[in-house]
Amino acid sequence: MTALAPASQALDLRTRFYEELDPLLDAHPDVDVVLAVIGSGYMSRAIERHPGRVIDVGIREQALVGVAGGLALAGRRPIVHTFASFLVERPYEQVKLDLGHQDVGAVLVSAGASYDVSAGGRTHQAPADVALISALPGWTVHVPGHADEVAELLHREAAGTGRVYIRLSGQRNAAPGPVDGRLHLVRDGGAGAGAPLVVAVGPMLDTVLEAVADLPVRVAWTATPHPLDAEGLRALAGPTPALAVVEPYLEGTSAAAVAAALVDRPSRVLHVGVPGETELRRYGTPHDHAAAHGLDAAGVRRRVATLLTGRR
Amino acid sequence: MTTTTPRAVTLPAATSAPPRPVPQHVRDLVGRVTGDEKHDPSAHSTLDVVWTLYDQVLRVDPDRPEAPDRDRFLLSKGHGPASTYAVLAAKGFFPADWLDDVATFRSRLGHHPDRTLVPGIEIGSGLLGHGLPLGVGLAVGLRGRSPARVVVLVGDAELDEGSNAEAIQVAGRFGLANLTVVVVDNHSDNLGWPGGIARRFALEGWAAGEVRTHDQPRLTAALRHTEPDRPTVVVVDTTPAPSKEAA
Repeated sequence: MTALAPASQALDLRTRFYEELDPLLDAHPDVDVVLAVIGSGYMSRAIERHPGRVIDVGIREQALVGVAGGLALAGRRPIVHTFASFLVERPYEQVKLDLGHQDVGAVLVSAGASYDVSAGGRTHQAPADVALISALPGWTVHVPGHADEVAELLHREAAGTGRVYIRLSGQRNAAPGPVDGRLHLVRDGGAGAGAPLVVAVGPMLDTVLEAVADLPVRVAWTATPHPLDAEGLRALAGPTPALAVVEPYLEGTSAAAVAAALVDRPSRVLHVGVPGETELRRYGTPHDHAAAHGLDAAGVRRRVATLLTGRR
Repeated sequence: MTTTTPRAVTLPAATSAPPRPVPQHVRDLVGRVTGDEKHDPSAHSTLDVVWTLYDQVLRVDPDRPEAPDRDRFLLSKGHGPASTYAVLAAKGFFPADWLDDVATFRSRLGHHPDRTLVPGIEIGSGLLGHGLPLGVGLAVGLRGRSPARVVVLVGDAELDEGSNAEAIQVAGRFGLANLTVVVVDNHSDNLGWPGGIARRFALEGWAAGEVRTHDQPRLTAALRHTEPDRPTVVVVDTTPAPSKEAA
């Protein structure tokens, strides 16, 4: 692949991440980028302009995360990148011990969200990534839905010290939203504050808005499902919530956080996401997989409609 | 990528400073951790190495355990921390009475050490195969920014873990001259290392040396030795030297 022009401001989330690394390394002298081959062909400008600060360990994902932990122990701020399956699942013990147990921070940035690599099959799909990361102490999970959100999150988290997971997807929204960690009402549906609330996470927003266009529901959105904005959810959900949470990864990933936020009130909550019970042994396009999982607009509409009727 | 010719260097036999054997009061401190009078050999297989490092080799200051340019000792073989605890206490990193209630609920010292609880402990370890990859990252992060050395202690059986293979390869290719690995070889791995452990490191571009744990002068020299362009490994055999009768 030819070098990307520095100012192209790509709309694709992953491409934008690669574009942003060169200015990011300029702006944050303590940042290093750690790779296991994947991505190294797309960031030649960053590699050339910042010798020694893009560290490619080869196809060694245990070393990828272990080296990141060591860099953090040396006072560096590592940004660690590969596909989600190789960043979260294969070196999960390293994520737990070499970062969490050492009490050091890193920014993990994954590509290949859920079924982005639909034609690649199960080996390249990790829809449980957010659930797995959220199960470990002290992590923040960002699921941006727009390239501008990616750039803003990267620069903010590069300047921080915490443990951060940024999930980049092929799916995206037409417009960026505020990535301040809060839950934002984006449509009230003219149905009043008592109407059911649909929470769309990250790149699911445009799909959700299309799905519920003719339904009397409100829609809220966040790019940061973990930690969930419990205060914002409680304020929007009202005293007797009817709620749907639509996430582009493993269904129910946010269920415990939602339940904890609403523990003091009677509520009906529907979780929509990638089903975890069966493995979809099909190839095809990401849209084929979204449709098969009920995560296209038609599928989301079917699920949300049950919230209105009370029927499954 | 150029190919590095494997070689096993001959490490110097002695240095100018006189090495000291492990003093009796340090052995007694180990006994306070393990609770034994006769010293369980497994708890002591690392004692010669750890003592020599802290007494002769590492640039560390118990009054400034977080000093940025300190040398880092990473006990990757974290399931045998008694000797490290004893040496750290002997050198003044924490009070010796911490050694008397190890692994109780109120103790900062556990059967596996936690870096956030113990001054002088650089990594939390215990699960095998994590210290060397962390050490590689530390060495990359410190290289060119600090004179600090990174010394990682692993066991021969610990090397079974595949994460070490990844780290050995990366460190060799990156030429991490500020990294030293000490393999305490008590011949406890199940399937063996045909050709020997040192040669595996040498093949990956490391400077490799072999010593016996009780040969204090050579052990000290080996642990002091670095090379300008590559990491070093010292394989320390814990079995006693053959007796004159056997030879």
